Amino acid sequence: MLFLIVLILSFASGYFLPWWVVTIAAFVAAFFIGKTPGQSFWSGFAAVFIGWTVLALFKSIPNDHILASRVVQLFPLPNNWIWLLVVTVLIGGIVGGMAALSGVLLKRAFGK
Amino acid sequence: MKFVKAFLSMAVTIAMIWALDNKFGDIPPIGTFLNPSTGFWQNAESKHILAAENLKLTGLLDKVIIRYDEHRIPHIFAQNDHDAYYAQGYVTARDRLWEMDIQTRKASGRLSEVIGPKALEIDRYNRRMGMVYGAENTLKGILKNPLSKMMVMAYTDGVNSYIHSLAPKDYPIEFKLLNYAPEDWKPINCAFLLKLMSETLAGGSDQFGMTNNLKRFGVKDVNDLFPDYPYFEDPIIPVGTKWDFKPQPIPKPSTGFLAQMTENIKTHEIEEGVGSNNWAISGSKSASGYPILANDPHLDLTFPSIWYQVQMSSPTVNVYGVSLPGAPGIVIGYNQNISWGVTNVDADVLDWYQVKFKDKTKNEYWYNNQWNKVNKRVEVINILDRAPVIDTVLYTHHGPVVYEDASKKPADGDPTVPIGNALRWIAHDESDEFMCFYLLNRGKNYADYRKALTYYTAPAQNFIFASSDKDIAITPNGKFPLKFKDQGKFILDGSDPANDWQGWIPPEQNPTVKNPPRGFVSSANQSSTDPTYPYYINWRFDQYYRGKRINDKLGTMKNATIDSMRMMQMDTYSILAQDVLPTMLKYLDTSKMDKDQLAAYDIIKKWDKRYTATSLGASIFNKWWIKFYDTTWRDRFDVKGVFLKFPSYDRTEKLLLTEPNSKWFDNAHTAVKENAADIVNLSFNATVEELVRKFGKPGEKWQWGMVKRTFINHLASLPGFGSGDFPAGGRGGVINALKNNNGPSWRMVVQMGLDVKGYGVFPGGESGNPGSFFYKDMFETWRDGKLNELLFLKSANENSGRIKSTLTLSK
Repeated sequence: MLFLIVLILSFASGYFLPWWVVTIAAFVAAFFIGKTPGQSFWSGFAAVFIGWTVLALFKSIPNDHILASRVVQLFPLPNNWIWLLVVTVLIGGIVGGMAALSGVLLKRAFGK
Repeated sequence: MKFVKAFLSMAVTIAMIWALDNKFGDIPPIGTFLNPSTGFWQNAESKHILAAENLKLTGLLDKVIIRYDEHRIPHIFAQNDHDAYYAQGYVTARDRLWEMDIQTRKASGRLSEVIGPKALEIDRYNRRMGMVYGAENTLKGILKNPLSKMMVMAYTDGVNSYIHSLAPKDYPIEFKLLNYAPEDWKPINCAFLLKLMSETLAGGSDQFGMTNNLKRFGVKDVNDLFPDYPYFEDPIIPVGTKWDFKPQPIPKPSTGFLAQMTENIKTHEIEEGVGSNNWAISGSKSASGYPILANDPHLDLTFPSIWYQVQMSSPTVNVYGVSLPGAPGIVIGYNQNISWGVTNVDADVLDWYQVKFKDKTKNEYWYNNQWNKVNKRVEVINILDRAPVIDTVLYTHHGPVVYEDASKKPADGDPTVPIGNALRWIAHDESDEFMCFYLLNRGKNYADYRKALTYYTAPAQNFIFASSDKDIAITPNGKFPLKFKDQGKFILDGSDPANDWQGWIPPEQNPTVKNPPRGFVSSANQSSTDPTYPYYINWRFDQYYRGKRINDKLGTMKNATIDSMRMMQMDTYSILAQDVLPTMLKYLDTSKMDKDQLAAYDIIKKWDKRYTATSLGASIFNKWWIKFYDTTWRDRFDVKGVFLKFPSYDRTEKLLLTEPNSKWFDNAHTAVKENAADIVNLSFNATVEELVRKFGKPGEKWQWGMVKRTFINHLASLPGFGSGDFPAGGRGGVINALKNNNGPSWRMVVQMGLDVKGYGVFPGGESGNPGSFFYKDMFETWRDGKLNELLFLKSANENSGRIKSTLTLSK
């Protein structure tokens, strides 16, 4: 459930709000429906990880990845666009996971 | 404990987000840049292009139809002129917004605002050179003319209409990397584009070096080594052309100048200049019986390209060509009746004047036997994450004192800029260049061409012309100051009014030639005229090599076609080698050569004098000549702490061919007395030694295309956004003047006639977006020396299989 909510919000929020708004979504959702810290972290992580993968590929596949193949050369990464995707979604996943973890921990702190 | 855990987790999360949302030095905000909803992934353009797109824009007067061809070149069809320029602004911004932003930032000294303190010296230089002052004056000139004003205002509105439609996710990728937002376009930005061209093409000066030369070597040697007319020349206006006008009286040399030239005052390797080629042949030389015009301006090659191709049509105009992103109208192009192109004149329109201040306050300066007030202009340079720098620039009636004392000049500043001198520069004057292009775009015949040119100020260009009614012409054109001979060859005394510019050469008396008997006109930055022209334009021009080659080829050409012109643009034959190689070979002593030297000698002996990519001889000759040149002059002209100007290649040729025992061949630092033969042998051995060291034994690896580096970078030199190194022929001084990242930035050939046919290509693509399929789709065509047939539509509804999509703008 938590996974689904964060996934949907990660699709919807980004276009018109700053990129980090998805973390507030994960935080709030985990506060209300998060169960354990582990479950919350991995739900948040997986939701943003998958959400961002879909969003990135949605733009990059019709582009034949020509942009990502150029941009990856700006980073200290192997010269293949897939590494840029990996870094992108790992960052999103970790931030999303941490936000969800924070949400559930705060709920526990209040003894709910 | 639970609270501590929760707090820690939240703190870590917030810290991560903060770190990912902020820029550290040159590292962009990683989260902002990488996230797929607003970051760079959004700049990836789909290969599926919408066939039809409709947009409603405020500010349009009527409907505009824009048809895009297979290279995504826009063909604009507007119902009125206002909408044509509005649409040009809109589509140009859509493809090139960041290029437009960064170029105008550079010209206006505002780079530091977005890239921080490391750009401060560039900004200070441009401010102190008076770039903003000049753009303000030019804008005044533009706004006085209702037509130019309309162009600039409509173009500006079009650009802004696009900018206002953008959300942060839509910003060009460079804005995301540098983490700033596009700002509104201003009319003065259009003027900044002109200033940038003046800076590139007419912003240099030899005066400082020449003045130092005069102090060091004296009048006799300077006159000998730096003559006012070259040894080898083939001027733009053919020798023998009559000057059918009564010249203005020439100003008298100032007394200070005469004293400098008659009194006995004791007292870098030259880069061949920024160049370009253009030529036009008359119908008598073409297969079709109509003129053909060709032009290839040589500039720094970048992604995105400095040029933007566009066709513009309204009830008053239908024109195709290249524009400067950020400036309305077409600079080089053609319509149904005429075609035109440009190369740089390199006129002496930038002069330095010594200033004598009354005292340390520098409030007054000495001029015309009295103290005059110094104007102070305050330049505020805003810097990213730093306090602004406030820089006060002193202005005399000549212009800005670029560096009033040594403390103002950075250690790595431009060595050609003298300290304590005021700058008189044509780029500071009120002007209205856009009107020239407005008229050329609509030109129907020779008379229209001549009228258009009178509106043009700077940077002076050799405007070439061909028409469907079978006229050809060329005019070295711009606003040329009326000067005494050699006024501005050396730094001038700023206190003497006789040293000021004394008015202007009347525009109709600028050198020009129409339908010369030889059946062609051409230019390649060489001397505008022979010494019979009554006015002084400059004492030095680019060497004659490309011009001579062009004239030799065209002189014998018959039944020429588009393809003959295309082949000529790719020609790599070296006139320099033709002039000097036989003599250099003659002096070469083969008796003491080792194996490598003999192998190299064997190659160079058989060389066809062409700088093709696979040529081994080209690599040898190129290095050999440069070393010969350098060894001849360096001992006397490369002096630590003094900026001297080296003599030209032309003068070096004359020295080699006619004065083999000249004192200049004798190395000042050795006891023996060297002559030309010694230097020739010395430099040959050094050449072979260096080539072997860098590329191994004589063979494949010595190919010119591998020895010479050729590449095209992104404007910000971002890795992965450029072409990388590619093997290519050509070099400065041959027609295909391609070297490093400088060369033919646009190649165009236009066949005039009842049905005008244009061909052209630039290295790159229409889009400035590295995420577009049109970012560099024309690069290979250009690299391989081919041209695209340009699509010239007669009307918006004309059927063409090459049209891929249509954009309709309505109010």
